[in-house]
Amino acid sequence: MVRAGGWDLRFNKRDFLRGLADIAPMTLAYAPISALWGTVAASKGLTPFEALLMSAGVYSGAAQFVVMDLWALATPLPVLFLTVFTLSLRHVLMSASVSRHIASFSKRRASVLLFWLTDEAWAIIERRALTDPITPSYFLGASMPIWPVWFVFGTIGAWIGTGLGDSRTIGLDFAFAAMFIAIVAGFWKGPRTGFILAASATTAVVAKLYVPGVWYILLGAGAGMIVAVLTYREETP
Amino acid sequence: MSFLAVSPQFLLIVFVLGLATYGSRVSGYWLLRGVAIKGRWKAAMDAVPPAILTAVIAPNVFLEGPAEKLAGAVALGVALLRAPLLVTIASGMASVVLFRLHFSPG
Repeated sequence: MVRAGGWDLRFNKRDFLRGLADIAPMTLAYAPISALWGTVAASKGLTPFEALLMSAGVYSGAAQFVVMDLWALATPLPVLFLTVFTLSLRHVLMSASVSRHIASFSKRRASVLLFWLTDEAWAIIERRALTDPITPSYFLGASMPIWPVWFVFGTIGAWIGTGLGDSRTIGLDFAFAAMFIAIVAGFWKGPRTGFILAASATTAVVAKLYVPGVWYILLGAGAGMIVAVLTYREETP
Repeated sequence: MSFLAVSPQFLLIVFVLGLATYGSRVSGYWLLRGVAIKGRWKAAMDAVPPAILTAVIAPNVFLEGPAEKLAGAVALGVALLRAPLLVTIASGMASVVLFRLHFSPG
C-alpha cells in the first residue's frame, strides 16, 4: 500500500473489483426501483432529461420519491430542502461512522468519494471494515457503480412512463430488508449486541407508529447507541 | 434538441436538493475527521452500523404482517449460516413472496 500524502493511496484494481463484487447484488436490486421512480416522475410531468438530472444530482431513493409526492403541491423550495435534509439525516451518522475507516484518505478525495455514500454502499463498507482496511479503490468500487445504474434506469423509467407493475409480486420491496438483516448478523458479538439491536428495533417500531416522518431511523439508532454506552465495560474490546 | 430543454427553476431545485443530500453525506466526516474516538464514545460509534440498519428495517419486518416477520426470520437464519449475501437476499425475497401467497392468496 502506497501512502504519500495528497492523493495518498494509489488505484488498486483488485480492491476496486472486490468492492464492485460486494455491491453488485444490490446494484441489480436498484435498477427496477430507480425505473419505478422514473415512471412516477413522468406521471408528475418530468421529462426523461429532468429525471436524469434529478437522479444524478439528488441521488437518493427516499428523497426522490418524497419530492415527487410533494411535486404537484407546489411546495416551496425551502420546505423541499428541509424535507430532503431530514430524510438524509441518517447519512450524517453513517458518514461520521465511516470517517473512522477513511482517516488515511486526503480530505479532498474523501469529500469526492462520500458523494456516493448510499445506505447500501455504507453498509457494505462497514462490513468490510470489520475484517479489512478500507482503501479508496475499495470505497470507489463498492459505492460509485450504483450511481450510473440509478440515473440510467431512472431515465428509462421516465421515458417508458408507465407503471412497471408491483414490486411486491417478486418480493423486491423486501430485498433491502434481507440485505440489511444479513449485514446486521455480521456485527453480532454476543449478548451485548442483542441488547443494542433489541433497543434499536423496539424504539424504531414504536416511533414509526407514533412519530410522523422518518424520525424512527434516528430514534432507533440513538436508542441502540445509548444501550451500547450503558453496557460498555472497560474490558470490552 | 428539445428533449434537453430544462428550466432554470428546475436546475435550481436539483442543485438545492443535491446540496441537502450531499451535505448529509459529508457532514459527519467533516465533523469527526481527525477526532480520536475512545472509550464510551467508541462504544457508541461502534453501535451505529447495526443500530441504524436495524432501525431502518424494523418497521418493514415487524409492522407489515406475518409474511414479513417469517421472511425476516428466514433471512436471519440463512445469514447466520454464513451464506453469501446474494443467497441471503434471494432467500428473503423468495420466502416473502411464498409467505404472502400463503397468508393472502390471490
